[in-house]
Amino acid sequence: MAVPPFERFYEEHRSEVLRLLRRRLGADRAEDAFQETFLRALRAYGRLDHGEHLRAWVLTIAQNVAVDTLRRTRPTAELVEAGAEDARPAYTELADLTDGLGSKERSAVVLRYGYDLSYDQIASALGSTPDAARQAASTGVRRIRRRIST
Amino acid sequence: MTVSPDLDRRFREAAATLGLVDVGFDIVDSPIGELLVAASDRGLASISFDPDPDDALERLARIAGPRVLRSPRSVDHARRELDEYFGGRRRAFDLALDLRSLPPFTVSVLEQLARVPYGETTTYGQLASRVGHPRAARAVGTVMNRNRIPIVLPCHRVVGSTGDLTGYAGGLDRKRTLLELEGAR
Repeated sequence: MAVPPFERFYEEHRSEVLRLLRRRLGADRAEDAFQETFLRALRAYGRLDHGEHLRAWVLTIAQNVAVDTLRRTRPTAELVEAGAEDARPAYTELADLTDGLGSKERSAVVLRYGYDLSYDQIASALGSTPDAARQAASTGVRRIRRRIST
Repeated sequence: MTVSPDLDRRFREAAATLGLVDVGFDIVDSPIGELLVAASDRGLASISFDPDPDDALERLARIAGPRVLRSPRSVDHARRELDEYFGGRRRAFDLALDLRSLPPFTVSVLEQLARVPYGETTTYGQLASRVGHPRAARAVGTVMNRNRIPIVLPCHRVVGSTGDLTGYAGGLDRKRTLLELEGAR
């Protein structure tokens, strides 16, 4: 599936992105985070190699923007809890398997193996490099294997 | 959760200001109906008569990249000149044009077309002669029909050899109105 014009993508997902950010950050901080989410998406959009699973992709970006915002304004201990509880907006069906993983590992595993996104796309959603995305997915899978086998 | 018009506007402005948009577009009112006007960093890329933008957006994405976003600021320059043209205060446009990905023949026809003066008409055959292919009137007609930037590239000034309006991608009524506006008919 070809990548749709950004306007279509934005119109389709903006309400859900704002809803997620308001839940995580409250109405005021959600507005800046909303803008940051779609600017990050726009920066990476030209490099997407297909138009599938864009919802999971943009919600992961929003999730990471929320984590970054909280990191700037809250003590670290609180952040870990908040990140863990709401880190899977787009992919609850894999929640059982990925429970217990950190936020970035879970996102990387689900986007790679649940949605078949490239490491380049995952990196753009996580705000990291393709190598770091590959590393997060592989660490995540190792942890899942270890847990299943015990 | 509705995104407020203010938040929406701020995002679109930030995107354009940061240079993250391949093509920005907006709807511009005119005496011949709403126009979907689109511009890239190279210049004016498209003017479309169809107010339903779906096809136009897909086409723009194929030409210039998928980062197609409604962004009034991107077309401010073109909007101002179009307003002046429709108000009878402008006879020639001073806008950079984005003609990327068009074949050389098309570009040379459009370059000749751009020289047809305000208020005058030419024929498909004359235009074909001017690009050195006097027998290519039909091919010139196809170029006119697919002209991505009508009005500014004035394909409405090209008529049949008998003076008939012949055809116009935006409909003959629009062609007639534009020629009347210029005092050509």
